[in-house]
Amino acid sequence: MSRLSVRSLVKTWDETRAVDGVSFATEAREFVALLGPSGCGKSTTLRLIAGLEAATEGSVEIDGLDVTNLPPASRRISMVFQSYALFPHLNVADNILFGLSVRGVKRAEQKQRLDRIVPLLGLSSLLDRRPSQLSGGQQQRVALGRALIAEAPVCLLDEPLSNLDAKLRAEMRNEIRSLQQRLGLTMLFVTHDQTEAMSMADRVVLLRDGKVEQFATPSDLYTKPNSVFVAQFIGTPPMNILDATLLGPAWDRLPKNTLVGVRPEHIRFADRGIAATVVSMEYFGADSVVSCRIADKPVLVRVPGQPGFAGGETVHLSWPQEAQHLFDQHSGKRRDPIPDQRLAPALEFVQP
Amino acid sequence: MKVSRNLTYSMLLLLPAVVLLVAFTYYPTVATIIDSFFSTPRGRRPARFVGLANYETMLADPVFRKAIVNNMIYAAVIIPCSMGLALAMALLVNARIAGRGFVRLAYFTPTVLPMIAVANIWMFFYAPDYGLIDQVLGHFGRGGNNWLGNPDTALWAIIVITVWKCAGFFMIFYLAALQQIPPSLLEAAEMEGATYWQQLRRVILPLLMPTTLFISVNAVIEAFRLVDHIIAMTRGGPDNSTQLLLHYIYQVAFGFWDTAYAATLSVVLLAILALIALVQFGYADRRIFYR
Repeated sequence: MSRLSVRSLVKTWDETRAVDGVSFATEAREFVALLGPSGCGKSTTLRLIAGLEAATEGSVEIDGLDVTNLPPASRRISMVFQSYALFPHLNVADNILFGLSVRGVKRAEQKQRLDRIVPLLGLSSLLDRRPSQLSGGQQQRVALGRALIAEAPVCLLDEPLSNLDAKLRAEMRNEIRSLQQRLGLTMLFVTHDQTEAMSMADRVVLLRDGKVEQFATPSDLYTKPNSVFVAQFIGTPPMNILDATLLGPAWDRLPKNTLVGVRPEHIRFADRGIAATVVSMEYFGADSVVSCRIADKPVLVRVPGQPGFAGGETVHLSWPQEAQHLFDQHSGKRRDPIPDQRLAPALEFVQP
Repeated sequence: MKVSRNLTYSMLLLLPAVVLLVAFTYYPTVATIIDSFFSTPRGRRPARFVGLANYETMLADPVFRKAIVNNMIYAAVIIPCSMGLALAMALLVNARIAGRGFVRLAYFTPTVLPMIAVANIWMFFYAPDYGLIDQVLGHFGRGGNNWLGNPDTALWAIIVITVWKCAGFFMIFYLAALQQIPPSLLEAAEMEGATYWQQLRRVILPLLMPTTLFISVNAVIEAFRLVDHIIAMTRGGPDNSTQLLLHYIYQVAFGFWDTAYAATLSVVLLAILALIALVQFGYADRRIFYR
């Protein structure tokens, strides 16, 4: 039952602010992903929480206890490293037991806890092997085992799946998620892969340039992105962002400098609507992504099956009004439509 | 018979290495062993086969026994001391300390200096009364020591120089090995609650074992090979108190010109080194983890 909370965490190196006022708080037993493009400060945030780096400002609390100035070992936190950081000279059992052994836990208890954790990870037959004799997935499990056997209430994972191939990654995704739920851990998980974050996490902290862009559930991130950045970072292909002035007279009622965002899957080909030119098509089996242009601005449309368009063909696009997101052109922030400015005429125009 | 062109080329390419190895390593080794069974040729008297006579002389030779005992003390102190010091210095300069580039250079300097120059610097340090050490000790009323002239201290004075000379060289190997250890391993150990000493004992030292073996082989060789400063400083004296095996061989061969006896002593040196190397590789190799 552990809550992790981070308050206005700042880490600066000379002139650069790698982490710039990050705040968020998890619930107990929550699985939270730290998501963001490379260089956004997500790994640094994790290392600050772990205590491997000293924070310039701000605080880290676990269950209301300020651990900002405690050494890593006293924070009741375990960590899985991106490279796994297994000790190459120790076998699997000794790697997993390393922490218990340096902390002076009795041998009988070590064995008991090893016997409890090893079947969970499917490592029973590998205990005598050295890390170099294990596959990537097995190494990953050993690293998890070493983190979990400490029974620390908070577990941090730094890009734990990035060194695995695609199939193994999907497998480990489920496994980590189910371990977290079975053991009732609070897990904080760094990733640059939005699919990983969306599919595993209860909530996602989306970071950009050392700042929290949005902290929300995966579905809120997808359906109510706080900014153009979030809208385009989450979802493949990313959300289409169009200047409202391009879309014709029906959008004139929107305030000035408004960007209109629509997800590719919400756009339909219709008889009437906004005129666009087909540029090319990508076929994915279950669906296809058609790239079009509205007055030179690219627009992606995702449709089921394989539509028979030819390049250069003129089509008409429309979308339901509720699928439309509005953003401020300057700040990039979400702009919720003001009730009396709702686009009643546009609705009629857009939906044939 | 047709010789393939490939074979010809490969033989030609091997030739320079083979010539050098045979001329300077294998032939001298074999010739030394053969010479040790013959008498020394003098003037019109050519060498004649004497069997084990040279070895019998050797066993009865008190200087040889003194040299062996000295060399054992010399090796037994120098090997662990220089390696321990090298490791400590490497750990220090691998840490984030101010001016570590300068410290690394300072530690490595003894290795770069020629042994003859080193010997002369230390001669001054050790000089009675006006030498550096005696001047410092003089302030505490403990001057007047002839470090190199006293049979009780001369060997130890030589040992100090050798440790000082070797430690910096070995440090470079330890430093390179330390930098190969991924920082995340130590971070993981830290997260798991390992103190610095636990990290050192359970992670760093085991990962340094291959380097330690390599350095220990080198240290053994140095302990038998490094006699330049003896030639420059004591010539084995006083009263053979700093007589080492290799220096004795040098004296017998080029001072007394008794080449057969020198060959006999060389065979013993060779046998000692071969034996130690066998033990080191045969025993330690199986217990060391290589990444």
